[in-house]
Amino acid sequence: MGAAHPTEMSIEQGAAAAVARLTVVPQRRYGIWVGTALALLLAFLIIRAFASNPAFAWGTAAGYLFHPSIIRGLANTLILTVVIMALAIVIGTVIAIMRVSPSPVLRGFSGVYVWFFRGVPALIQLIFWFNLSLLVREVSLTLPFLGTIFSARTNDFMTPFFSAVVALSLCEAGYMAEIIRAGIKSVPSGQAEAASALGMPYRMILKRITLPQAMRFVLPPTGNEAINLLKMTSLVTFIAVDDLFYSAQSIYARTFETIPLLIVVAFWYLAVVSIMSIGQHFLERHFGRSDTSRSPLTMRTLRNALGLAGVAR
Amino acid sequence: MSDVKSENRARFGVPADSMVFARGVRKSYGPLEVLKGIDLDVPAGSVACIIGPSGSGKSTFLRCINHLEKISGGLLLVDGQFVGYDLRDDKLYEVKDDLLCRRRAEIGMLFQSFNLFSHMTVMENLIEAPTQVRRIAPDQAKAEAEILLKRVGLLDKIDRYPRELSGGQQQRVAIARAMAMKPKVLLFDEPTSALDPELVGEVLQVMRDLAESGMTMVVVTHEIGFAREIGDQLVFMDGGVIVERGAPREMIADAQSPRTREFLSRVL
Repeated sequence: MGAAHPTEMSIEQGAAAAVARLTVVPQRRYGIWVGTALALLLAFLIIRAFASNPAFAWGTAAGYLFHPSIIRGLANTLILTVVIMALAIVIGTVIAIMRVSPSPVLRGFSGVYVWFFRGVPALIQLIFWFNLSLLVREVSLTLPFLGTIFSARTNDFMTPFFSAVVALSLCEAGYMAEIIRAGIKSVPSGQAEAASALGMPYRMILKRITLPQAMRFVLPPTGNEAINLLKMTSLVTFIAVDDLFYSAQSIYARTFETIPLLIVVAFWYLAVVSIMSIGQHFLERHFGRSDTSRSPLTMRTLRNALGLAGVAR
Repeated sequence: MSDVKSENRARFGVPADSMVFARGVRKSYGPLEVLKGIDLDVPAGSVACIIGPSGSGKSTFLRCINHLEKISGGLLLVDGQFVGYDLRDDKLYEVKDDLLCRRRAEIGMLFQSFNLFSHMTVMENLIEAPTQVRRIAPDQAKAEAEILLKRVGLLDKIDRYPRELSGGQQQRVAIARAMAMKPKVLLFDEPTSALDPELVGEVLQVMRDLAESGMTMVVVTHEIGFAREIGDQLVFMDGGVIVERGAPREMIADAQSPRTREFLSRVL
């Protein structure tokens, strides 16, 4: 040892030129070229089929795009999605909290709930609720000393729309419960422990410490669920709720323009799903960013907007 | 309240200045007994350091003091009072949640992994419990928080999130957060074990300042130097029992039990 490291490496003229001549040649991937060619060919064939087959009747489809009953159906589909999702989040949160509760009875109840409502196909649940009157003719509330408070015939309030809301929100709540439970579980237990040590009661810990932190894990899959739900609402056609699909069906039942109307329906579902995906992307970016970079201001603004945490001012 | 305290003190022979008083504290998980009768007196204003190998039950005992773990037997009083129980006719009734929380709020606890609320800024961490649990006005809580942050030397980090702070800074914020509840006693569960060596000093300095200001502290630690310098008593636990206790300097220099000597020789 002891030899001084030269600060500058000397290199011979000839060798330097040889080094300068070196170039990198990328590996040739023939498989990808073949695949690309096949994909282009397939795309060409599909587009040609769509464009040249007159049965698609693009003109007819375009004419129905803003048909009043289609727009009304679309509005109903959106209303159903929003109402059902809101209810599913509320019910799902309650079920998820039961799922992590110290009481084995509550845990068991919520476990069975998730097992049942996720296990039975949504369509069957839908038709079941629609036909509730076969099981229960009348719903009434009778209290001792006060007599019957109210009483209603099942058929009077189990309208198609109401059945759809009940059935799909109970079903969707099963999925939401699992998402929220996973979110709660992903919050490190030390957080709740530190809050207990500061004298915070269980409910306050849930509301102010655990749930706000679970939100970060809950939001992305909830976006997916909302997109799934939008498409799932097309099932309500089976119990004659006039959603987007039902409106299209009732038109092509008369005019036999089946394919153009299915195109109209597909167009609207795709349009709404695209808008929701963009919204979800921004939501995820916002919450994902809170992990890494310093953006306390945007984080806090968003959180306050959602009313999740922040200090009461 | 003070009635209950003086009654307890008279009944169980608790010294007047006792902050933590333990007699025969036992704790089992099923057939596994992790605490086999712990006796400890921590007078108000003093610092007790608990050392021992991992699995000796020292952390479990600490968590029993503020009822994060329920004891299976024995007597454990903080400031002459049961934390998780009410005594009536020789029976210990578990108290309702809100009462337990009120008593717990007077016992501060620090954790190995800091456990700052990660979705809140430093300031929000400090005023969360005072405003939510004690219902103190936010402005007042903020003013008090600023004084505490100045004391731990982190006033400039007031709007930062925990992940933007070093481990040492996080633990100092955690100490300020515990102090914001004006606790009667602070429990430290290996507060420097998760820290890089060069960050240990700043946390110990804050703890030293607290001890000098007269705070009662129970510290589970591996920092023998800290125990020798700051501790009023040193307790060595092993296998769920207290093997030896005494004045830190004498015990570290000249331990009586061979188990203590062996442990000290490994950590010094």
